[in-house]
Amino acid sequence: MDPSYLVAAAAPITSTSGGEALTFWIIAPIAILGALGMVLAKNAVHGALLLVANLFCVAVCYLLQDAPFLGFVQIVVYTGAIMVLFLFVLMLIGVDSTESLVETLRGQRLAAAVLGLGFAGLLVFPLGKVIKDQPAAGVADVNKAGGGNIHAIARLLFTDYVFAFEAVSALLVVAAVGAMILSHRERTGPRPSQKEALRRRFESGAVVTPMPGPGVYASADSADQRPVLPGDVSGLVGAAQLPGGEGDETGGGNGSGNGDGPTRPDTDTGPGVADGSAPVGAGKGSGL
Amino acid sequence: MNPANYLVLSGLLFTIGAVGVLVRRNAIVVFMCVELMLNAVNLTLVTFSRIQGNLEGQVIAFFVMVVAAAEVVIGLAIILTIFRTRKSASVDDVNLLKY
Repeated sequence: MDPSYLVAAAAPITSTSGGEALTFWIIAPIAILGALGMVLAKNAVHGALLLVANLFCVAVCYLLQDAPFLGFVQIVVYTGAIMVLFLFVLMLIGVDSTESLVETLRGQRLAAAVLGLGFAGLLVFPLGKVIKDQPAAGVADVNKAGGGNIHAIARLLFTDYVFAFEAVSALLVVAAVGAMILSHRERTGPRPSQKEALRRRFESGAVVTPMPGPGVYASADSADQRPVLPGDVSGLVGAAQLPGGEGDETGGGNGSGNGDGPTRPDTDTGPGVADGSAPVGAGKGSGL
Repeated sequence: MNPANYLVLSGLLFTIGAVGVLVRRNAIVVFMCVELMLNAVNLTLVTFSRIQGNLEGQVIAFFVMVVAAAEVVIGLAIILTIFRTRKSASVDDVNLLKY
């Protein structure tokens, strides 16, 4: 064994200052809470944001342990790029695709919780007991000897680990191409023309435009609706619900002329808007 | 402060991620839990690198990050493809190969 390592191990370096302890005890609960919140959050977007908080806390832990390169790579790559990718896919799939809370396996959650507690106990207590008095050599000296953390890591990366580095870069290229192939949709039929697409859209009978605003007596003023002609009360949605006498007034108002419609002081929105929307519907309807 | 505290933290994070993989059904949330576990392991690597006093742990953590990025890209593409054909992102609905 390298004797210098023995020397380093024999003299425990207490480089863990009080500031580091304070930061750790602030950061660690946030990390745990973020992780727990991600598992427990019903909304997947909330889970993603909590995971961002957790990853940020882990990045701070890297910074605390003399690993500034990894810390900033964690922030840029993980909390930046990868989580944005997650959010992209979440938005593509649909945020409201909530999972059902019915257990398909009976007692699965309870079993998972018990197993998790047991696993955490196994992992934390014996391990913590064994490594409790392990002296920390610290990488500050190594960083300084290598001319800074980034330089030291780069020297290792491009000498001892250069083959792994090349393999990993090839893996990244393959992954990018693979993702493009996986998400590429092959067109099986001919591309529908604009006319066919339009026809299919209107044949479904659904409302293809935004519904008119409140207070408007028409179900739609779009091309798929029958044009509302002057005097055509039946074309107005809600004409039957008008209080007595007002339905006749609507017909009269439309028949008497368009000019006085909007300027009549005692009229409600019904006739005026119907006057405005009718020619629009007629024009589009004739074009179909 | 003892560096072993970081190991305890990463053990807890790994456990939470594992429980999340067991409990959650949404494929994307399951995937985020896997990311959490990978990060916990990375934290362990960095901590041991500090305890041992050499930088190899940090280099390996760097490689883990790169592999995790590739895995995320492919995994999300697979989830997206499954969602396109089955209109669901739940891991319970992918059961065609179930005996």
